[in-house]
Amino acid sequence: MARTSELPATEAAAPAAARVMSRGLQLALLLGAMVLLIAAPFVMYPVFIMKILCFALFAAAFNLLLGYTGLLSFGHAAFFGGAAYFTAHAAKVWGLGPELALLTGVAGAAALGLVMGAIAIRRQGIYFAMVTLALSQMFFFACLQMPFTHGEDGIQSVPRGRLFGVINLSDMTTMYFFVLAVFVIGLLIIWRFVNSPYGMILKAIRENETRATSLGYATARYKLVAFVMSAALAGLAGGLKALVMQFATLTDVAWQMSGEVVLMTLIGGIGTMVGPLVGAGIVVGLQNQLATSAFPVAIVTGVVFMVCVMLFRRGVVGEFAHSRLGRALGLRPPG
Amino acid sequence: MIFGVPLQAFLGQLLVGLINGSFYALLSLGLAVIFGLLRVINFAHGAQYMLGAFVAFLSLKWLGIPYWGALVVAPLVVGAAGAVIERTMLSRLYDLDHLYGMLFTFGLALTIEGTFRWYFGASGQPYATPKALTGVFNLGFMVLPIYRAWVIVASLVVCLAVWALIEKTRLGATLRAATENPSLVQSFGINVPMLLTLTYALGAGLAALAGVLAAPIYQVSPLMGTNIIIVVFAVVVVGGMGSIMGAIVTGYLLGIAEGLTKVFYPEASNIVIFVIMAIVLILRPAGLFGKEG
Repeated sequence: MARTSELPATEAAAPAAARVMSRGLQLALLLGAMVLLIAAPFVMYPVFIMKILCFALFAAAFNLLLGYTGLLSFGHAAFFGGAAYFTAHAAKVWGLGPELALLTGVAGAAALGLVMGAIAIRRQGIYFAMVTLALSQMFFFACLQMPFTHGEDGIQSVPRGRLFGVINLSDMTTMYFFVLAVFVIGLLIIWRFVNSPYGMILKAIRENETRATSLGYATARYKLVAFVMSAALAGLAGGLKALVMQFATLTDVAWQMSGEVVLMTLIGGIGTMVGPLVGAGIVVGLQNQLATSAFPVAIVTGVVFMVCVMLFRRGVVGEFAHSRLGRALGLRPPG
Repeated sequence: MIFGVPLQAFLGQLLVGLINGSFYALLSLGLAVIFGLLRVINFAHGAQYMLGAFVAFLSLKWLGIPYWGALVVAPLVVGAAGAVIERTMLSRLYDLDHLYGMLFTFGLALTIEGTFRWYFGASGQPYATPKALTGVFNLGFMVLPIYRAWVIVASLVVCLAVWALIEKTRLGATLRAATENPSLVQSFGINVPMLLTLTYALGAGLAALAGVLAAPIYQVSPLMGTNIIIVVFAVVVVGGMGSIMGAIVTGYLLGIAEGLTKVFYPEASNIVIFVIMAIVLILRPAGLFGKEG
């Protein structure tokens, strides 16, 4: 199997004094980020920030698999875009409220993840990536032909509805705080999962699967649970995006989307909590900038991809944590 | 009539399947050759196939080089470009996790295709079938366009030639030895880095050759590579990349399976290969011809 040692960089533990500083610093950063996110819709276009939040959650869910389990899925668009379709259909055709529509999307993505994961974990490393890509492409063709997705048109004008039947989400600010709440809940789930004993076993599998097996862990089952978890959370992000943008189209299930989430995670920093969020911000921001120019996004995406792989494999956050400044601040390198 | 389907339609789709299978075989062969030595999944393989078709198209348009010239020029140009990429960039990633090679070539594919799409638009450009190969053979029970027959024969010959090169010649033996133990082979005075570069160039050149063969059948379009490469990945997973012959045989078989699906259940024709892949993974995870690993 492919060595995964380059993905995370294991470093000696920081000195105790730095660790304390790091805890304080982390809290300060967290508070600062929260203040920024709460103030953001009053200074910037809320839909743009909501879009970033959706992709940030998507990237964090993807990183749960790549960064903490060492599995590179090239098919996460199936869960993101699939859940977008399920949520949109549930909200528009079945008339479910936003919370139930989102749940429908998450459940659908998890079921899809269970099937795809069970097949894909039979191979490792590069094969795993190819199998997930092929399976998601199969789902793409299925979406193209199934009547409920409306083919090339997609599902348009999805209603945001009333949260729990009471809170009207068509108000932009209300919607924003709903999205922010879902985003924070999603991240907390990921954080809790990664730092649980279960997450430790996943890291052990990432570092050395054979050894984890010899220690008595049924690695296949652990990988499958991580895969389903990642798929469900990617589905949460996709369903949320369908409610934000009020449409679900083939773009979200296409293989390019799977590539994009890899890029977000890579730019931000594989195996870090914050990296995928930063990466999502950078990629969505970049696309937003390029949307108005004639220059195609694919070229920029491709070049950034190559540059990241050649020069910045730790990503923005990882490189910063490894820099002299990052070390002085007591940031712990990812591991 | 065969199973309630008119013979003409049956044979027609069988032919389409064989043609597609020829391209699957050529492309998965190139992927297997590159993977065998470099341990890199060449995501740019589809882009290199597209480049081959474009070199043929542009060299005819700008330089007046005909089809037969393009069959030689395109693999050389694309192979040389591949060698440069391998030497300057890809070779720096060998010591890392193999996934980085895949991510790098993915970025490369996006860049190449994005650039061509920017210059030439997304629509296809026609490429005329060479004069000597226009027309049809009338076999009595069906009509066989000469060009299609040529593609099937040419791809078979190329596949077998590459197989023989790797399995039966001294150079191939060195290649296989370098796959097993690069440092040992290097200690015998063989320039292994050069061998790696040549292998990548060979794989890229094979993709380009497939592109030239495809140009008169499909239109020359910047997107022709992405459409086919994901299917070829599935083919490679089914075959298992351990064996060159496995890649070739699987390519043809799955092409035919796809063609026959078009006859009996057309709705499923573009997912049948993925379904077969899933079934093979469940029954025989290492692939039909693969070794576990």
